[in-house]
Amino acid sequence: MASLPIENQTTNNRKSNKKKYFLENVSSKVFLFCALLSVFSLLLIIGFVFYKGSHPFIAEGYSFIDFIFGTDWVPSEDQFGIFPMIVASVYATIGALIIGVPVGLFTAIFLSELAPKSMAKIISPAVQLLAGIPSVLYGVFGLAIIVPFLQNNLGLAKGQSLLAVILVLAIMMLPTIVTVAETAIRAVPKTYREGSLALGASEIGTIFKVVVPAAKSGIMAAIVLGLGRAIGETMAVILVAGNSLIIPTSLTDSMRPLTTNIALEMGYAFGTHQEMLFATGIVLFSFILLLNFVLAKISSRGGN
Amino acid sequence: MRLIKKAANGLWLLSLVAVLTACGGNNENEAGSLNEGKDTISISGSTSVGPLAEKLAFNYEENQDVNIEINQIGSSAGITNAISGVSEIGMSSRDLKPEEKESGLDETVIAYDGIVVVVHPSNKVDNLTTEQVKQIFTGKITNWKQLGGDDKEIVVVSREDGSGSRDAFQEIVGYTSGELVKSSIIASGNGNIKTTVATNEHAIGFISFEYIDESISTVKINGVEATAENVLRQKYSLSRPFLFVYKKDHLTDAGQQFIDYILSPEGQAIVSETGAISLH
Repeated sequence: MASLPIENQTTNNRKSNKKKYFLENVSSKVFLFCALLSVFSLLLIIGFVFYKGSHPFIAEGYSFIDFIFGTDWVPSEDQFGIFPMIVASVYATIGALIIGVPVGLFTAIFLSELAPKSMAKIISPAVQLLAGIPSVLYGVFGLAIIVPFLQNNLGLAKGQSLLAVILVLAIMMLPTIVTVAETAIRAVPKTYREGSLALGASEIGTIFKVVVPAAKSGIMAAIVLGLGRAIGETMAVILVAGNSLIIPTSLTDSMRPLTTNIALEMGYAFGTHQEMLFATGIVLFSFILLLNFVLAKISSRGGN
Repeated sequence: MRLIKKAANGLWLLSLVAVLTACGGNNENEAGSLNEGKDTISISGSTSVGPLAEKLAFNYEENQDVNIEINQIGSSAGITNAISGVSEIGMSSRDLKPEEKESGLDETVIAYDGIVVVVHPSNKVDNLTTEQVKQIFTGKITNWKQLGGDDKEIVVVSREDGSGSRDAFQEIVGYTSGELVKSSIIASGNGNIKTTVATNEHAIGFISFEYIDESISTVKINGVEATAENVLRQKYSLSRPFLFVYKKDHLTDAGQQFIDYILSPEGQAIVSETGAISLH
């Protein structure tokens, strides 16, 4: 008789435990589902783009080599060559890096090492806000300010040019580079700086000889992320690039990057034309994948 | 701890309530539109026909118990939608291609449109022959000086491949997409071309009649001014039909009535109001 309440208690405990485990189980399943959702979306997108994009080469007898290295893109005459666009994308991205990386890196150094607190309080949110501006607004800004500026000051026939794209992309990649590089620089242990300063090195000398090399992998990651942003940007570029189908030979030539080609023509495309735009997407996707591998390599090396 | 738990529970409840009410709201809305029992006509296609169709639909809906949805996605996409049945009616600003006709589409001309060649208002050139237009767009004439204008490089602005306006323009002027000068700026949409030309003294482009305003100046073709009368009198060469295309078996009574309305004098009056050219 005396043991009964105890038994009751244990069954009660078991019950509540069961309930607890049940809830635990359900919630972990819900979380798993959410996690799988993004994997599933990724697979779906890759599958769809590759299925659509590879169709002309597999079923319709188009040559992939001609597609990559062909210089003529005339969908209505069955000519699909995206070489000018690949070149345009690469040029625009490299150009944006040449301007964006030094500016972004110096901003990050200034914010983390040199800036008085009051000034950092203004600059930091400004940089972050820059990241939040919708990309089409960058495009409108480029079209309304940068394009006419180039046209008038360089005496060009048209301001829509590689240079305009580079300038817009350089501004757009700044927030990415600044925030990631700043975090990397801040993560360098204080003792490095103190050691260097104690040995009599100047503040700037310390930054460039000690702090920046120590934060190298983080800074590289910042650059690669910025690169990804630049190569994938579409809406801003479409407005300032001019979208001409030539291989740009100077900074003032108008050009058409890969992203723009897809966005510009997808609305009107059907049949093979549409599939070739998906194929353009595959090429773009390969670039992004490559960048991600590089990024993974860099961060794993940073970890060691 | 307890407080936190309570707060968490409260949040759960709140979000649940929010989700439920949101769902409820949606259901009510859906039920509302269903209860009214309106027919829906879905139309998609050309960005050139779009503004006209919008205006016709707006006037038609005032008197009729019908709901017209218009998506401006370009002629080719609209025709594709009409073939696949995604849309009841497709809008096209170019003639149907043979492979499109084969898929069993019917077409009705609802209006005509003129395409006008436009330049920057400061440009002195105000008359071109069809041949000159062709040479400009294929890159054989590259300076306004050659046409009696200032010594300025010509910047060609064209629509993207697949656009109905571009197809029609190229067909009438007589050059192919492959011949279009490679360095031309490609802009998507009539509005985009207009802005590009309006802000560049070097530029030349083409747009629909409806988009003409003071920001650009129009060019006569073979000495004929770009006006509706000249199109109807068949003097002005750069014109094209506006088509509604549909599959007979997809077309509902409501859709047929809308087309009848457009072809009626009342509908055609609206056509002329929007700057397109009416059939009468």
